[in-house]
Amino acid sequence: MTSHLPRWMAALAVAGATLVLLPIAGVLTRVDWSDFGAQVTSPQALTALGLSLRTALVATVACLVIGVPLGYVLAVMRSRWKAVLRALVLAPLVLPPVVGGLALLYAFGRRGLLGGTFEALGISIAFSTAAVVMAQTFVALPFMVLTTESAIAARGTRQESIARMYGASRTRTFAWVTLPALLPALAAGTVLAFARAIGEFGATLTFAGSLEGVTRTAPLEIYLQREIDPGAAVALSLVLLIVAVAVVAVAYRPLTRKSAT
Amino acid sequence: MLRVGPALLALTTLAALTGCAAATPATASGITKQATVDVYAAASLTDVFTQLGTEFEAGHPGVKVTLTFAGSSELAAQINELAPADVFASANEAQMEVAREHILGGPQVFTQNALAIAIANGNPLGIRSLADLARKDVVTVLCAEQVPCGSAAAALFAAARVRVSPASEEANVTDVLGKVASGEADAGLVYVTDLARAHGVEGIAIPNTEAAANRYPIAVMDTGDAPDAAASFVAFVESAQGQAVLTAAGFQGAS
Repeated sequence: MTSHLPRWMAALAVAGATLVLLPIAGVLTRVDWSDFGAQVTSPQALTALGLSLRTALVATVACLVIGVPLGYVLAVMRSRWKAVLRALVLAPLVLPPVVGGLALLYAFGRRGLLGGTFEALGISIAFSTAAVVMAQTFVALPFMVLTTESAIAARGTRQESIARMYGASRTRTFAWVTLPALLPALAAGTVLAFARAIGEFGATLTFAGSLEGVTRTAPLEIYLQREIDPGAAVALSLVLLIVAVAVVAVAYRPLTRKSAT
Repeated sequence: MLRVGPALLALTTLAALTGCAAATPATASGITKQATVDVYAAASLTDVFTQLGTEFEAGHPGVKVTLTFAGSSELAAQINELAPADVFASANEAQMEVAREHILGGPQVFTQNALAIAIANGNPLGIRSLADLARKDVVTVLCAEQVPCGSAAAALFAAARVRVSPASEEANVTDVLGKVASGEADAGLVYVTDLARAHGVEGIAIPNTEAAANRYPIAVMDTGDAPDAAASFVAFVESAQGQAVLTAAGFQGAS
């Protein structure tokens, strides 16, 4: 394959790789390796990483529970509004994080659309861990919707029609025909949604606040530490960088294999 | 096979291009015709330093003032990474200390800023004093203790013997103000000068805040290339004309 590659394109590819790899190298040069262990196991770092892990896991489960049905609906929907709905649902993918945070505030904040309803029910989302999970779900959901929709659209619903013809209920058809076929796509969607959730920053800062152990996730801890103790911020940054690289390596492996055969 | 020759060429071209950009001829030191003073100032100084820059330029033809505003700790970190600052005006002395090794002249404290309570318009919860921020029905947001506005707040609460459990500890004063303005929080501690330019919030003065007021130092830095023009800008900030601009915005005198 490489033999057909125009030489000028290889040069541009190297420039592209440099743009991405150099900043990663930059982080590595700033890590104080003799102190690295102590920095990533300090009480604040462990609290922040633990909170990030827990909230991102809950957000990922939430993405599975509501994202798969939404992706399914988009795949089988036959309406001229489908394109509009898809664009709106996927918007968080490209929305500036602060805008996402403000949007969540205007919907679920104390003065938001549902603020009065929540207050009447005695539920307060502001400054709670639930707000962190909502912000993470908001930004991670599009990954699950997108992977589910393209997987269903790619294989069609012929097998489902056959199952239904033989008398299987809709739920049984979904559980025994659709779901098993979707598993590879769901795995990729799950890993990507988790990665997006654990990296969430802007919406959390705007919508949930920053309190140790409650709302201060690893990215917010980095944001705070970067001004006070840049060394600790760098150490924590490296941990998230490793998570990101590992996640992408896992999520995109099956696709590369398929295209290679 | 992939050949790397052209790729290397592209890289060297890239390096040459960026090298060129970095090597723009440095202006001669001293107030020349085209002297530019790069002023790095704390975010809370945004409005006053913008005005001071304009007034300074009017009185010093041929000198241009460029302004960079951010959190003091962020600016100190940038200066330590050799950002081209001629002047650094910090919101507290601790952050000036962080950039100490780049100080050419100074630092002198040129103004002070006290904290005040920010509350929602109309004060629906009837908040009157620091003690009210500890009430169970009041959602209070503060700066984290590690940043200037947070350490000043901690000193105030300690002096008033009030214990507050904040709902959130923000990384800068703007985020505190934002939480109160959006209605998510009922009260927060911000600078008097932040209240002067905020919308949707009211302020309550705190008696005897002088002890916890932030002292703002200013210094000429060796990271810039116009130390003489920088020194005259610092002198201008400390002049009667400069101090008048600061006082009008709610800042307090230097002593």
